Amino acid sequence: MTQGNLLRQILEYGNRPNPYPLYAELRKTPVLNEGDGAYVVSTYWEILSLLHDPRVSSDPHNLAVPGGPGFDPNDESSLPPSFIRLDPPEHDRLRRMTNTSFGPPHKARRIHEMRGELDEIVSGLIDGIGSTDRIDLVEQFSYPFPVTVICRLLGVPREDESRFHTWADTLAASLDPMPGEDPTERNKIAQKARTELGMYLAGLIEERRKNPQDDMLSELANLKGPDGSMTTMELLSTSALLLIAGHETTVNLITNGMLTLLRNPDVLQRLRDDPKLAVPIVEELLRFEPPVQLVPNRTTLADIEIGGVTIPKGASLWLVVAAGNRDPQRFKEPERFDPDREDIEHLGFGSGIHSCFGAPLARLEAQIALSELARRLVNPRLLEDPPEYRQNAVLRGPRHLPITCDEIRP
Amino acid sequence: MSVDGYLDRLKRDGRIVVVGASLAGLRGAETLRDGGFAGTLTMIGDEPYEPYDRPPLSKGVLLGKATADHTALPRRRALDAEWRLGVPASGLDMAAKRVRLADGDEVEYDRLLIATGVRARPWPHEREAALDGVFVLRTRDDATALQKRLADGPRRVFVIGAGFTGSEIASACREREIEVTVAERGAAPLVGALGGVVGEVAAQMQRENGVDLRTGVMVTGLEGDSAGRVRAAHLSDGSSVETDVVVVSLGATRNTEWLAGSGLGAGPRGIACDAGCRAFDIRGIVTDDIFVAGDVARSPHPLFNYQFLSLEHWGNAVTQAETAAHNMLCESVDRRPHMWIPAFWSSQFGVNIKSVGVPSMGTEIIVTQGSLSEHRFAAVYGFQDRVIGAVTFDDARWLPFYQQLIESTAPFPPQFPTVDRRPEGARPVSADFPDPSVPTHGPTVTLSGYSPADRRITFTPGRH
Ligand SMILES: Cc1cc2nc3c(=O)[nH]c(=O)nc-3n(C[C@H](O)[C@H](O)[C@H](O)COP(=O)(O)OP(=O)(O)OC[C@H]3O[C@@H](n4cnc5c(N)ncnc54)[C@H](O)[C@@H]3O)c2cc1C
Repeated sequence: MTQGNLLRQILEYGNRPNPYPLYAELRKTPVLNEGDGAYVVSTYWEILSLLHDPRVSSDPHNLAVPGGPGFDPNDESSLPPSFIRLDPPEHDRLRRMTNTSFGPPHKARRIHEMRGELDEIVSGLIDGIGSTDRIDLVEQFSYPFPVTVICRLLGVPREDESRFHTWADTLAASLDPMPGEDPTERNKIAQKARTELGMYLAGLIEERRKNPQDDMLSELANLKGPDGSMTTMELLSTSALLLIAGHETTVNLITNGMLTLLRNPDVLQRLRDDPKLAVPIVEELLRFEPPVQLVPNRTTLADIEIGGVTIPKGASLWLVVAAGNRDPQRFKEPERFDPDREDIEHLGFGSGIHSCFGAPLARLEAQIALSELARRLVNPRLLEDPPEYRQNAVLRGPRHLPITCDEIRP
Repeated sequence: MSVDGYLDRLKRDGRIVVVGASLAGLRGAETLRDGGFAGTLTMIGDEPYEPYDRPPLSKGVLLGKATADHTALPRRRALDAEWRLGVPASGLDMAAKRVRLADGDEVEYDRLLIATGVRARPWPHEREAALDGVFVLRTRDDATALQKRLADGPRRVFVIGAGFTGSEIASACREREIEVTVAERGAAPLVGALGGVVGEVAAQMQRENGVDLRTGVMVTGLEGDSAGRVRAAHLSDGSSVETDVVVVSLGATRNTEWLAGSGLGAGPRGIACDAGCRAFDIRGIVTDDIFVAGDVARSPHPLFNYQFLSLEHWGNAVTQAETAAHNMLCESVDRRPHMWIPAFWSSQFGVNIKSVGVPSMGTEIIVTQGSLSEHRFAAVYGFQDRVIGAVTFDDARWLPFYQQLIESTAPFPPQFPTVDRRPEGARPVSADFPDPSVPTHGPTVTLSGYSPADRRITFTPGRH
């Protein structure tokens, strides 16, 4: 196997169920020049250091060869970039403003206070499973759960929730890089979804400006603080970001989580006996099977020397966080799923200024989901292993997870 | 008898004594147990409390958000130690390997860990210091007493010294909507630790938050009323400020008096030790059974010209204690140096301040990200054309990068653009530290290796 095509192999669908041997291969060259201006970084310390390096930009305008997934600088119709694709100070301003209605120090308890509602949604979904012969955990549980949650958090009316599935699906798919493939067609479809979603949200924002409710959209729309207010366009791209990011990722965290637990029945049993174990289990999952496997959208503003390689200015960086998470230089027995691990500073949520905004929510959702599934499903078993995966190599997770169980406990 | 045999016996049934039962003492003891030490462990502490955490004392506790008795340090593991709390160690017999206690008892050791830290430097005039309403802030009891007084709603609090602790106290007062005056001998708050450029930002923050900040002045005296309560502070510019609470925040003195005459290399600057935390005796010979860690220690750092650094940093206390404990239980080839990069945090006026390296060694500073005027920035300090320190205000996520620059002695000024480089960061300016020959108080990092700085320790403002 030549190294030059390792990245391609990782993106190849056939390797989706188990990309980890390829990641191990990748780590042999911590900083790998893929030849077309792309540099793939796969070891823990190198990734961590680049995530904290102010010479690494998230703004696609800084790429020597513009392009990349989901980005078309000439498309005037598209929303302005959300803060995930911006650098400071614009990034900081938007993220900070968004945080005023989400997390500490302003809304320290917003997520905490959703606990009751999250419990209810989870119970409702499990109650509604029906036949236990063949449960598709994705369709029946891990997909609807976070979508419902993010819609409620933002303030999307329940009757509109289903329309989001379609938009979010399309947009998440567009984040999937396919080197070599002409991205035009996919970008066009994604752009259309973005525009539709944007128009819908614009209407909703308008309505929330007039009649504020107790939801994030109302707060963001009416925000006036030291950073000023968000323009409507900024608000649109921010809420679109929250919807998409708060969505596919958590679906995969929960699905990968259940899959891993079913492959490790002793851990599943321990979780059933002690729901508090959900906390370390979810942390270990974020290391072991992170929902975001690689971060493809960074670029260098200067020559950066790292791992014995000089990455030239303007190069496109692929940070393979899932490979870093299993770097034996960093973690003892990295290929073992071990919820008792104490030293677990994983890269599952990234790190640095772009570290996952929704982490507190994602953690709580996954903890509640997994402990409830463990408690209520009696003798659950996988019907297919490995299950069928989604196309996406970045946001990696099963498309379906067929399982069965003896009964569903009340 | 092989050294191997000695270590095995030490681990199995030796006696280890830890003097100073606070952060460094506790983490050291825990590391000893983790490292397989199964013998007798004695923890000696002069405070009556189990180990507790100090940073919250000037933050959450003063705000009334946490009480001082809720700052107990979380335990990493069960210790199985003999606790001698509320009794100071009063002497050390190195030849007999014994620690004397103030209550007359003696404890024998095979290995000793000294972690007695520092204490607040009191107001130098004893009678004025004894006035009701005059406080220092170092211990749980100090914090409880001060917080009670703040809760009574004083008309004004007067803080002497605008180092980190003094600034945090001022911040807590403002958050409680208490009027506060801060008197600082230097040109700005935090100048000793971070220099004048950053000090100016700290000054702005104080003033914007309604602190009556007086810089370039000394407090010449405290005045009491007939009932022995403090009522005013007098300043060197001839002014005076009426106040009913005074907090003396003039830095710290190392707790080494109990070692006087022991033959250990301990003095007002702390206890000198090698990079492996082994204490020196007064002849400059390294001991093999006495280790030191935390605020009381002074150890050479290769990255900073082998200067003996004494750091009053939480993180330093933890890692130094871990290193000391590790080294106490192993052969010389397995020993590790304490090569921690100094790092410090503070939070005041809603801003999170962090630094790495030794900013106070820097002669120049350049803002690399953010902007001073927004009070949100990252800046690096240069010393002899290399990066020696860095500070962030509300921008801490970048700090690991700057730490790497320091560790790799990267050139100063940095030659690269960053994702956020606004015009003011374009060129380095003088970091504007006070002339080291002029004593100032309260620098967080004391570079006590070079003689002019030593006078900081003996300086007592207010003496005239
Ligand atoms: C108000 C306050 C706020 C702070 N905030 C921060 C911050 O934000 N960030 C940061 O990095 N650091 C901060 N620090 C500093 C940090 O708390 C210290 O670096 C840390 O406590 C050092 O630990 P230590 O164990 O070395 O010393 P100490 O915590 O001082 O402990 C030494 C102990 O030994 C005892 N002792 C002394 N002499 C004897 C004796 N003869 N016999 C027995 N016992 C004795 C002392 O009473 C004390 O209990 C703060 C400190 C204070 C006081």
